[in-house]
Amino acid sequence: MATLSPVRRALRALIGLLAIAAVLFGINALGVYAFKGSSWVPELALDLQGGTQIVLEAQTDGASPSSEQMSQAVTIIRERVDASGVSEAEVTTQGASNIVVQIPGEADEATRERIEASAQMQLRKVLYATQAATTFVGEDGEPTPYPTPDPSLEATPTIEPTAGNDPNWITPALEAEFLAYDCADPADQSSVANDQPLIACDEGGTAKYLLGPLEIDGSAITDAQAVVDQQNGQWAVQLRFDDEGTELFSTVSQELYGQTEPYNMFAFVLDGQVISAPTMDGVITNGRPSISGTGITQETAQTLADQLKFGALPISFEVVSSDTISATLGSQQLQVGLIAGLIGLGLVALYVVLISYRALGFVIIASLGVMAVLTYILLCILSWRIGYRLSLAGVAGLIVTIGFTADSFIVYFERIRDELRDGKTITGAVEDGWSRAKRTIYISKSINILAAVVLYILADATVKGFAFTLGLTTLLDVLIFVIFTHPVMQLLARTRFFGGGHPLSGLDPEALGAVFRGRAQFRAPTATGPRAKRSRGEAERRQTIAERKEAERAAAELGGKKENV
Amino acid sequence: MMGMAQWGNDLYTGKASVPFVRRRRLWFVIAIALIAVSILAPFLRGVEFSIEFTGGSQFTVSGPSSTDQAIATDVVAEVVPEAEARVTVIGESDIRVQTSQMTQDETRSVASALAEAYDVPAAEVADSFIGPTWGADVTRQSLWGLGVFLALTFVILAIYFRTWKMSVAAIVGLVDVLVITIGVYSLAGFEISPAAVIGFLTILGYSLYDTTVVFDKVRENTSEDGETSTRTFGESVNLGVNQTLIRSINTSIVAALPVAAILFIGVFWLGAETLSDISLSIFVGILVATYSTLFVSAPLYSLMREREPAIAQRDARVLAARETARVEAKG
Repeated sequence: MATLSPVRRALRALIGLLAIAAVLFGINALGVYAFKGSSWVPELALDLQGGTQIVLEAQTDGASPSSEQMSQAVTIIRERVDASGVSEAEVTTQGASNIVVQIPGEADEATRERIEASAQMQLRKVLYATQAATTFVGEDGEPTPYPTPDPSLEATPTIEPTAGNDPNWITPALEAEFLAYDCADPADQSSVANDQPLIACDEGGTAKYLLGPLEIDGSAITDAQAVVDQQNGQWAVQLRFDDEGTELFSTVSQELYGQTEPYNMFAFVLDGQVISAPTMDGVITNGRPSISGTGITQETAQTLADQLKFGALPISFEVVSSDTISATLGSQQLQVGLIAGLIGLGLVALYVVLISYRALGFVIIASLGVMAVLTYILLCILSWRIGYRLSLAGVAGLIVTIGFTADSFIVYFERIRDELRDGKTITGAVEDGWSRAKRTIYISKSINILAAVVLYILADATVKGFAFTLGLTTLLDVLIFVIFTHPVMQLLARTRFFGGGHPLSGLDPEALGAVFRGRAQFRAPTATGPRAKRSRGEAERRQTIAERKEAERAAAELGGKKENV
Repeated sequence: MMGMAQWGNDLYTGKASVPFVRRRRLWFVIAIALIAVSILAPFLRGVEFSIEFTGGSQFTVSGPSSTDQAIATDVVAEVVPEAEARVTVIGESDIRVQTSQMTQDETRSVASALAEAYDVPAAEVADSFIGPTWGADVTRQSLWGLGVFLALTFVILAIYFRTWKMSVAAIVGLVDVLVITIGVYSLAGFEISPAAVIGFLTILGYSLYDTTVVFDKVRENTSEDGETSTRTFGESVNLGVNQTLIRSINTSIVAALPVAAILFIGVFWLGAETLSDISLSIFVGILVATYSTLFVSAPLYSLMREREPAIAQRDARVLAARETARVEAKG
């Protein structure tokens, strides 16, 4: 590639920046109008929009749960939240053993309970199965509700039951309770012990079951798949048990096979609901039973398989933290954050323009402006593509970044001034200051990015939000530094105001003590390296005659002044 | 502001100079004293950890009908008699109630009781329940992050600067920043919360960044010194630090301004705790980081390098030549 003049290179970089901005806006516009998934406003985290966050921790006695167990648990909890009609809930893992559930808006008590319940899949024998009726037709021909169970009824079996489906389990108290049990308003059965009978309805609430004690734990199921039976072309669910489960299931199937209904049925119970209650059609000793029947379609088979496979939480969880943020508090905090950010930006602008860098300060402000636009659009895209949510800590990260970003310009400007002090022309100083400043910026910003990446990988959710904005803005900072600030400086150095070193430009060589070294000592302007010479040469060539004369006059004046010291 | 520009010029040429290296003994004594105070402070005053670390429940009532704190104390005492409650008014009118550990159900009951007592809709009461193990998890994660970050930084800096001594000086400066910032936190009686921890971690990044910028100039100066240098190693380091001094001052001011804005608005105007917690640690940290780079890391680096035989030899030669020049000038 032929060497381009600094001006052409600068223009090229600025066009590149415009292109990047246009592409980013284009991507988000596609997201908004074509895919209907994005928005022109970044998504807010719960602490800013209000909502509930619950953190569950796996209880595994010190050992780390496997990632497979964790993702199973996430799937189950997500299903449960979805089932309670909450939309847009997010369930994610955090660290090795935590699950975070985030629900926008207020979470009702039932949803909370559903999330927190440590459900287990249970396999129980069926003692009795019936329609989900709570009434019977009396002698008068009118449906009569079953009475509320009398607490004085006998609740312990008079004869010790010997099997899971031994009718001796059914005490008068249990019978009364079962008959009055209303599937439309199921009672909380989670306190029923594993070795006691259980009343449960099916998912549709159309049938109710009286079940024996727990026979096999759901964790014994290692796999479940929806398959098409080769012989009759019907959908079926194929189960696979682990070694212990195979043994237990073999015993159960021997006990049930050949009995009359309902004593040949067994039920899969999930979260207190019977999800399937097939009859035993054979003795299965290989631990690979298959559930088939006339009602099973591809869809129901798939659902059942998933439920069987993921139905039981592989580990139990405990709530370690739970937050409810009211929408008012959230919007209030966002408002505080934005106001603080604007005031911070204003203060920085005042400082760089009035106190430190004069007109150069506007370059800092413009760079921050470009930064703000790119950050904003990126946050919109990230909200859409990877579900990024701007949290309060993220807002803080953005505000803190204002100062950190401005620093790259400070490093650069100070370098330019150093070069000017060494007696270089302004165009030369802009180039040489750049080549030195960029090295410093690259290494120091990589340290910042490293910090952000490490924080992001290792830290918990709140810190993640912060680390993410910090890393993102640091990257943008470097990008803008390269394709905005430097090109703009290159162009400005060629204007009369900056290039002539106007006292208000912030680049006044006289104020910067150019060429003046110590008391009554003078030093000829030096140029280090061919690059500076080239740019100076070019700058001189580009001077108009008037400018050249002006420069000569200024130089003479400067010399005269110094001699009078 | 020409005064500042003039000072900047003098710093650059070496006409004016802050004796960062020459008076390093003094700076080290001050640094050690600051560290000692910071380490002792937690023992004297105790460090308060927020409920995220200790476990407990917290409620924020937005726009209550009255800001009478006794109402909240009574509500908590009634619903969960054994819980201790701490009630504060934050911002203009919001009420914050923090209690000792209670169960999650109790937390929910207290939240609805508070809504009733302060006559606000239930949705206006924010509640947080934090289990006793939560803080330990957060802390463990943060410490891991810290350790990994330090190790990686050490290696990267050592490779970039081509001397592990700069890494050591930078990391010592970092520890200095961390200790003093936590010391200030403790002395001022602020609670350490997860947001403050985020702040501390940010400071680490900032502190290393700041040190890297200054050290880059120092390296430039010291590597320019060939056999013919007229400056001792310490003088070169000192010049480098002085030449970047204006940058250091401008940077810390510009970085601190927005943080100060969050801090003061967060604390005094409206109570956004996360914001004020993060910004306080960052605000203190930025100032300490700038101090630490100038007065601890740079002098320490100079001290470590000066002991190297080659550098010691050259320094001796420079000093001898200077002595001869002075004698000649006199004679």
